[in-house]
Amino acid sequence: MRYLTARKRAEGKGASHTGTAHHWSMTLSSVALAFLVPTWLYIVGHALGQDYEAVRATFARPFTSILTALVLIIGMRHFAMGATMMIEDYAHGTARKMLIMFVISLSTVIAATGLYALVRIAL
Amino acid sequence: MAENKRVVERPLSPFMIGPYYRPQLTSITSILTRITGNGLIVGVMLAVWWLFAAAVSPQYFAVANAVATSWFGDLVFTCSAWAIWYHYLAGLRHLYFDAGHGLEIATAEKLGWGIIAGSFLFTIITILIV
Repeated sequence: MRYLTARKRAEGKGASHTGTAHHWSMTLSSVALAFLVPTWLYIVGHALGQDYEAVRATFARPFTSILTALVLIIGMRHFAMGATMMIEDYAHGTARKMLIMFVISLSTVIAATGLYALVRIAL
Repeated sequence: MAENKRVVERPLSPFMIGPYYRPQLTSITSILTRITGNGLIVGVMLAVWWLFAAAVSPQYFAVANAVATSWFGDLVFTCSAWAIWYHYLAGLRHLYFDAGHGLEIATAEKLGWGIIAGSFLFTIITILIV
């Protein structure tokens, strides 16, 4: 005899059986990026095309440095999760797993490279 | 929960746009959100490489900066600027939809045209400002 109804077992879980954590994480990071990105675009857009010293001076400023770090960390996580969702929609089996590993690795390497650059410019 | 381990052959939902549904503004603006979001990785890679070069040495920066400010760099960053603004506005629409608003067809269509027009407007403003 089953005491839990089918509905009770399914409640709160999506098709992936992992619940709504993914969706909530995307919502959270999207709101954060909505606040961060316009200012960041303005600063980076101005720095782009300037000479070596000017670019380093821009990214040596605490505000720019912290803002860029936040955009990189949150943005790359947002990308990794969004790209994972796309792969889950179109790829299956081993290809799906390998592609998900690839996009998570790629976004992690990009974030790490950017953070290294920020630290090195700041010091 | 042994019954849950049973392998069930479930029907998979097919890709709807094209074979089953006529492309509509709402579906096209939705798929464009995904395309712009994933495509932005190209612009991010170029920008982070440029920043990394600035951290390493003046010689390396000269190389990366030459690429970033070439016609190729301009193309990537201009496309990225549009992709950012499109994804930004479509993302705001997504949050609005999630909250249960704007789902009437007439409103959804208006929002669709709004994000298309807005994405170009904001891209032009961005190019003019920076």
